[in-house]
Amino acid sequence: KTSFNCIFNVSFSLRFKPFRRRPLPAQRKYMRSPLTPEMATQEVQLNETLAHLKTESETLKSKLEEERAKLHDVELHQVAEKVEGLGQFVMKTRRTLKGHGNKVLCMDWCKDKRRIVSSSQDGKVIVWDAFTTNKEHAVTMPCTWVMACAYAPSGCAVACGGLDNKCSVYPLSLDKNENLAAKKKSVAMHTNYLSACSFTNSDMQILTSSGDGTCALWDVESGQLLQSFHGHAADVLCLDLAPSETGNTFVSGGCDKKANVWDMRSGQCIQSFETHESDINSVRYYPSGDAFASGSDDATCRLYDLRADREVAIYSKESIIFGVSSVDFSLSGRLLFGGYNDYTINVWDVLKGTRVSILFGHENRVSTLRVSPDGTAFCTGSWDHTLRIWA
Amino acid sequence: MAEGSKDQASTGTTDPEEDSPNMIVYRKIEDIVTRIQDEKAGGVAIRTVKSFLSKIPSVVSGADIVQWLMKNLSIEDPAEAIHLGSLVAAHGYIFPISDHVLTLKDDGTLYRFQSPYFWPSNCWEPENTDYAIYLCKRTMQNKARLELADYEAENLARLQRAFARKWEFIFMQAEAQVKIDRKKDKAERKILDSQERAFWDVHRPVPGCVNTTEMDIRKCRRERNPHRVKKSVYGVPDDGQSQPSPIHISSQPTRKPTKEDVQKEITFLNTQLDRHCMKVSKVADSLMTYTEQFMEYDPFVSATEPPNPWVSDDTSFWDLEASRDPSQQRVKKWGFSLEEALKDPTGRDQFLKFLESEFSSENLRFWLAVQDLKRRPLQDVPSRAQEIWQEFLAEGAPSSINLDSHSYERTSQNLKDPGRYSYEDAQEHIFKLMKSDSYARFLRSNIYQDLLLARKKVSRTH
Repeated sequence: KTSFNCIFNVSFSLRFKPFRRRPLPAQRKYMRSPLTPEMATQEVQLNETLAHLKTESETLKSKLEEERAKLHDVELHQVAEKVEGLGQFVMKTRRTLKGHGNKVLCMDWCKDKRRIVSSSQDGKVIVWDAFTTNKEHAVTMPCTWVMACAYAPSGCAVACGGLDNKCSVYPLSLDKNENLAAKKKSVAMHTNYLSACSFTNSDMQILTSSGDGTCALWDVESGQLLQSFHGHAADVLCLDLAPSETGNTFVSGGCDKKANVWDMRSGQCIQSFETHESDINSVRYYPSGDAFASGSDDATCRLYDLRADREVAIYSKESIIFGVSSVDFSLSGRLLFGGYNDYTINVWDVLKGTRVSILFGHENRVSTLRVSPDGTAFCTGSWDHTLRIWA
Repeated sequence: MAEGSKDQASTGTTDPEEDSPNMIVYRKIEDIVTRIQDEKAGGVAIRTVKSFLSKIPSVVSGADIVQWLMKNLSIEDPAEAIHLGSLVAAHGYIFPISDHVLTLKDDGTLYRFQSPYFWPSNCWEPENTDYAIYLCKRTMQNKARLELADYEAENLARLQRAFARKWEFIFMQAEAQVKIDRKKDKAERKILDSQERAFWDVHRPVPGCVNTTEMDIRKCRRERNPHRVKKSVYGVPDDGQSQPSPIHISSQPTRKPTKEDVQKEITFLNTQLDRHCMKVSKVADSLMTYTEQFMEYDPFVSATEPPNPWVSDDTSFWDLEASRDPSQQRVKKWGFSLEEALKDPTGRDQFLKFLESEFSSENLRFWLAVQDLKRRPLQDVPSRAQEIWQEFLAEGAPSSINLDSHSYERTSQNLKDPGRYSYEDAQEHIFKLMKSDSYARFLRSNIYQDLLLARKKVSRTH
């Protein structure tokens, strides 16, 4: 293999392997001219072939895994044995929202704890008062498959996007008759579908993720790109902002099976987790911000702790074989709700790792799931065209 | 019915997209149905059942399948086993012999297993021409069990209109299929006919039933060769009119890492190695403590007072939260951490009130101003940043805050090119100061204690 590499180098790049790295006799045969001191230093850097780098990277990965494993002195569920078990839960559908003409793909809660916005494959974005089930606003997008939508913190606007590769903001008018589409503001522009969007603490910034493999932070008013986040090797499917008032981080999950934690100020990836066996469809922070959960097509949910820099729990069952589309925590972080592609919701005891409940009701995949801002209910959206509020 | 080559019957092991999301589920289901059929290894007994005038070959009862699922997949609740079994059916791996609707029943209803040739993992996308041939063929046979259902008759009529010009061709293909079928033996034909019908029940489901072949558009691009020539169920050559599926967006395969990518990764890994991490036992304790502290506030775990609006249809709970008088429980939360106190607008107001009484409100006001700065539109940021400097940090500032010289210098530098994060260092420093100093005193103060213990204020009219 070594000699093959030599031939490759000479014929395609006319470069020399520096002696200090590969002092093999076979190599010298192929040298074309003597190595000068300046060239030697240059070559040391330039000639780190991809193969070398990959080996170095793999070695570091193993070393990192070894170091982290030393800190894995116990399992979360073992420590949690002393915690009191949860009682029986009575969770039922309390409201069913009908009105979309096709698969519901995404939803978000308003800070007022009762309004929601939902988006669908049929191109419609609807704002509902979920408590009364009344529809308050409806927008028709120019594209189908509106995969992302978000409610602004002020409650005065919604953002959405999908196959149009954009994220647009629509101010919500008090006048129900006003055509919302007229005031539409195009904010984000990606080069592939918009998979998720979220306002930061204000109506003025939006964070987006896309099928183009990047995330981006945008200034709403000017549409300017404030920061972009590169690092995923495939589509980014989901994101969640850290709950801290002072925090400037968010986590994203992608088709490269990785969950990355990003610094919003610098655009750098500060932590990365790769234990899932397939696409990560959903990520959500644990309420303290010290950990986050993920849901994947490998039919598992997992909990990653940022301080341990490691996966600390996995939520799975032999009988659960369909992928998880979305996850969210209850207010205290004790329960993890997962919406699945087998039309069900599984409720997990985060600390003990056991499933406490399975909820039936939807007649097709659950595509989106979010707990309300005060934790009194959670909402699910499904390919069966409906949304349900559970409590 | 044309049989595909042996390759198609086998589970395509040479397929590079084995790990695509749909495949993962199919493989798991295939593992299950293979195990169920393996009688020697604890599977169900597949037998021939005698009915009135004939024998029904190769069937199992729904109850047997449910039992097997419960036993072998550790399922405690029959409802869950029925649900899983129904999904296995809906995807076309098992089917009721006398119904087009693909669900599993926990009773004596008879089911058959689908032939691997028709498994969804073979990525079938059968054309309407194939479906037309199939329906046409059914009308040519005199078996009562093969009579078209209403929706099938409607479908056939629609297809006849759509394919009016090539109907003769379709008719001929159908005749050819009937001829091939006649050559097979009776029992085999019964089985094959039912399997073929079940295949179409998946790809042309009964109106109102879920079409399990629908795909999540985000995952479509990684399906096997999206521009492949579609293979026909009945070996009809592609006449070039079939279009590539509109759901196959131009594929962007996982980017191959470049040298720069790997170099970045190496830098990243080195940073991670230098990071000081906590032991799992410690973080576990921390997660448990946090959760236990907040469980009394979690409506899913502890009943709320007044009751949960979604359950009681009464908004009193929300009205109370919005009122100016915070409950004792809510005030208690402010004592958990400074973050919690500041998260609650009322908590923030009370803390500010306390600081004003101590003439040290500038710290909190600075912190709030910086929070606000970060929420502004980009174009407002530079001017607002200057205003904050003037108010809190400039010489002779009206609300002068105390910063260590290092943070002061850094901030002063940042202000040369003011941005949303110009005050990050300063804000962090001030937050720590408040946390270690004023916050502790706030919790001991009358302002806080009165609210926590719900001490009623002495009325002024006395």
